Amino acid sequence: MENKNSAKILLQLSNIKKTYKKSEEDEHLVLDGVNLTISEGEIVALLGRSGSGKSTLLRIISGLAKQTSGEAIYCDEPVNGPVNGIAMVFQTFALFPWLTVLENVELGLEAKKVPEDERRRRALAAIDLIGLDGFESAYPKELSGGMRQRVGFARALVVEPTLLLMDEAFSALDVLTAETLRTDLIDLWQEKRIPTKGILLVSHNIEEAVLLADRITILGSNPGKIIAEMSISLPQPRDREAAAFRQIVDEVYAIMTKRPRGTKMEAVPLSYRLPYAHVTQLAGLLEALEAEPYSGKADLPELADQMGFGVDQLFPLLEALDILGFTYTEKGDAELTAAGKEFVNSDILKRKIIFADHLKKHVSLADHIKRVLDERPGNKAKEDRFLTELEDYFSEEEAEKVLQVAIEWGRYAELFAYDESAGILSLENPESVENDE
Amino acid sequence: MKLLAQQNINLKVKVNIWDIIAFLLVIGIITAFAWGSKQMTVHYTPGQEVELSLNPLNLPMYALRSVLRMGAALIFSLIFTFTYATLAAKNKRAEAIMIPVLDVLQSVPILGFLSITVTGFIALFPGRLLGVEAASIFAIFTSQAWNMAFSFYQSLRIVPKELEEASVLFGLSPWQRFWRLEAPFATPNLIWNTMMSVSGGWFFVVASEAITVGKTSVTLPGIGSYVAQAIEQKNLHAIGWALLTMLVVILIYDQILFRPLVAWAEKFKFEMTESQDTPKSWVLLVFKRTALFQIITAFFYKTWSKVIDAFPKFSKPSKSLKPEKAVNNIIRTVIYYLFLFAAILAVLYLIPHFILKGVEHEEIIKVFFLGLLTLLRVIILLLLACIIWVPIGVMIGLHPKWSTKIQPLAQFLAAFPANLLFPIAVFFMVRYRLSPEIWTAPLMILGTQWYILFNVIAGAAAIPTDMREAAESFGLNGWKLWQRLLLPAIFPALLTGIITASGGTWNASIVAEVVSWGSVKLSATGLGSYIARWSEKGDYPHIILGIVVMSIYVVFINRFFWRKLYTICQTKFRLD
Repeated sequence: MENKNSAKILLQLSNIKKTYKKSEEDEHLVLDGVNLTISEGEIVALLGRSGSGKSTLLRIISGLAKQTSGEAIYCDEPVNGPVNGIAMVFQTFALFPWLTVLENVELGLEAKKVPEDERRRRALAAIDLIGLDGFESAYPKELSGGMRQRVGFARALVVEPTLLLMDEAFSALDVLTAETLRTDLIDLWQEKRIPTKGILLVSHNIEEAVLLADRITILGSNPGKIIAEMSISLPQPRDREAAAFRQIVDEVYAIMTKRPRGTKMEAVPLSYRLPYAHVTQLAGLLEALEAEPYSGKADLPELADQMGFGVDQLFPLLEALDILGFTYTEKGDAELTAAGKEFVNSDILKRKIIFADHLKKHVSLADHIKRVLDERPGNKAKEDRFLTELEDYFSEEEAEKVLQVAIEWGRYAELFAYDESAGILSLENPESVENDE
Repeated sequence: MKLLAQQNINLKVKVNIWDIIAFLLVIGIITAFAWGSKQMTVHYTPGQEVELSLNPLNLPMYALRSVLRMGAALIFSLIFTFTYATLAAKNKRAEAIMIPVLDVLQSVPILGFLSITVTGFIALFPGRLLGVEAASIFAIFTSQAWNMAFSFYQSLRIVPKELEEASVLFGLSPWQRFWRLEAPFATPNLIWNTMMSVSGGWFFVVASEAITVGKTSVTLPGIGSYVAQAIEQKNLHAIGWALLTMLVVILIYDQILFRPLVAWAEKFKFEMTESQDTPKSWVLLVFKRTALFQIITAFFYKTWSKVIDAFPKFSKPSKSLKPEKAVNNIIRTVIYYLFLFAAILAVLYLIPHFILKGVEHEEIIKVFFLGLLTLLRVIILLLLACIIWVPIGVMIGLHPKWSTKIQPLAQFLAAFPANLLFPIAVFFMVRYRLSPEIWTAPLMILGTQWYILFNVIAGAAAIPTDMREAAESFGLNGWKLWQRLLLPAIFPALLTGIITASGGTWNASIVAEVVSWGSVKLSATGLGSYIARWSEKGDYPHIILGIVVMSIYVVFINRFFWRKLYTICQTKFRLD
């Protein structure tokens, strides 16, 4: 390992803050005081749940977005727009479907006015390097997901970036493809066959981060700020099954499931961002927890692995179950509560009653909706009414999401009914509404 | 769904202040134009009258002239599309007014202000046929441009964010970005809308070649004027020849232009899976397999790339992130709103002043009543067309083999200018003494009913096989099957078809409510015939009144009926 103090600093973020303005006086804080340094020779992974602002941070670094305050310095120059020397690989590949593989790769060079001959030569070399030989004249449509992301890599690498940004670059790929591509990338990096001096990868996949990175930075949510940093000194290639590797993964899980202070909340307030979790998935997870081999208590990495879940899928579910009081998650372990056990062992109707009970008790929003409907003559209310209330705490888009979650849970619990096309919540049973399907 | 005619239905239902401003502005511009034309009072120089011969041998030449007019209009429409839509998509402040204006323009009856523009253009090019040509081209332009610009604007609005980001990151200049990303992304939709607009445009080519405005009678050599002359001379044979010629022209257009272009545009579709059922064109296939063609396209592509990259002025590094200076911004905003405010005041003064100078107050109420009559006709016709074409369309759509054969035919029929068929209908109406009040009505929908048919076919063809099999396995049949599966499933497509047809029907009322055969003139009571009658007399206040009232009807029905319905069906009947 290189000595960190002597390595040149590629990128330095100091006290980055980002707010989105909703109106003149109403601001929504996305990133709060983020400090991050990337030195030459480093792969840094940025981990965080969805909503932690990690994508926003990446866009600030790449110059696509501007921070509200704080400074981003790349190679001694402040970032004020797209920078030569920084390239990005996108989650959705961002290929131009009307251009062939070769033309896609040439695109960045074309913009830089590289002469045609050199352009062609460098593009072919990059295609060669990334293993796309023979596909030069193919259109992205004709390629599989893995091959498409290879084009994405070739397009980023051909401009010989000093800093390579990866925005969930592997998450749209299937497990096998992602693994191959990761291995190929790390080989190129280790053998120094690419001129890239530093890599920043944003991910919600903990194992992926531990597999690739020299350092992991963990972003907490609401607002996004760095809650932990850890160095990984395991030599490459890393073995997923090695005890040291497993231990680091466990540690990261423990940090990411650490409860915020004062978590002994009876009910989450209206201002709580309800996690996006479907009822059927919640029930499924509870059942899995109750069954063998966990019998009520599971180690999260193991659980994620067995269910084929990434963090972005598993964490919202666990968060929801924690809120509802069906599980208790701490230090990388999830444990079924008594209520959780009772839920699993009940039939469908009983389950609904238990769920309704917990929903009213632990989720203020659901309870609030129910009360309002009870009080209203006709027991009806427009969803807009609740949205306006939620917009005190969330952006418009988030408010809609939160309400959607509350509505789904409430419908399952039969606390209230919902007519989507009219946007009306009511206490009425759906059966009494004629012709409404 | 590539088969829908009008893919750019603006979903905003709420009417805001911008809609009203836009409406006033559009009407204001037309009124100003009429006012200007009136001042000029040009008489068309006699002796310039074009001699038209009914000899069928002249028809190919006339057809060519008509096609050239169409081509010229298309070029102007494209230029308009690229500038207007791009400006609207890139500039928030401009967008607020430009899009409602476009929306209103789509609803203004084009044929109504043909008479106004003709005089204006003749005045612009005195003593030359060019003025008349320009007026005709302008009429065709107005039938195409709004729709195309709308489609382009909407495509620009939904360019995928990651592609936008990638091109900024790789340092493409705004100019390069436009041609490398935005224009290609918008291509499939634009081409489809362009081709649909051209199809609809034949109607206006025919209608705009022979116009009488007051003392000015204008004839341009072309298929439309040929037919007009044939009507005057009661020559059925000549009409037959004209129909045949038009058929050939559209067949050539369909095979050589429409289908190859639509098939070619597949390349630009933003989808990552290759769809099974892609449009095909034998012409394109032949071209693609020809070596010469490949050399030529490669050459064009290269030159084009060079042109794109060779604009140093536009090739400034991509947008800097520094915010615009606040003071500048405020000043610009103030100037912009002052200007807009002044324009509105002028319009509010101009319209009543202009109209009331030549029209009695009671006339306004009468015109609204006439509008009601035409509205009644439009509604009945649309209902009838649905009753006829929905069952047929569904039957066809459910059989993939039929639908691939009949779908192009329906599109072809939609392109055929129905006004060429009017004389035949009138001939029978005269012979059998049929009441024009009822029997001119079907003429209004003759050309637009096909939109309903081919949208229904497309909708029915898109019903997932799973759903049909599920319905079958439950033993759903007869009316229950229609009620539970078929009608809801095709509803969005049907609605798109009806909306398109409805717009076209209003427009057609201006030429369909007054028809003639030789010296016999048949006229139905309605807003269309009102506009037509006053157009012929060249009485601008009455024409403007008619146009304003018709626009009000169309805009209101669009806003408060069609779009509301469309929004509901988008949330309720979507098949995904």
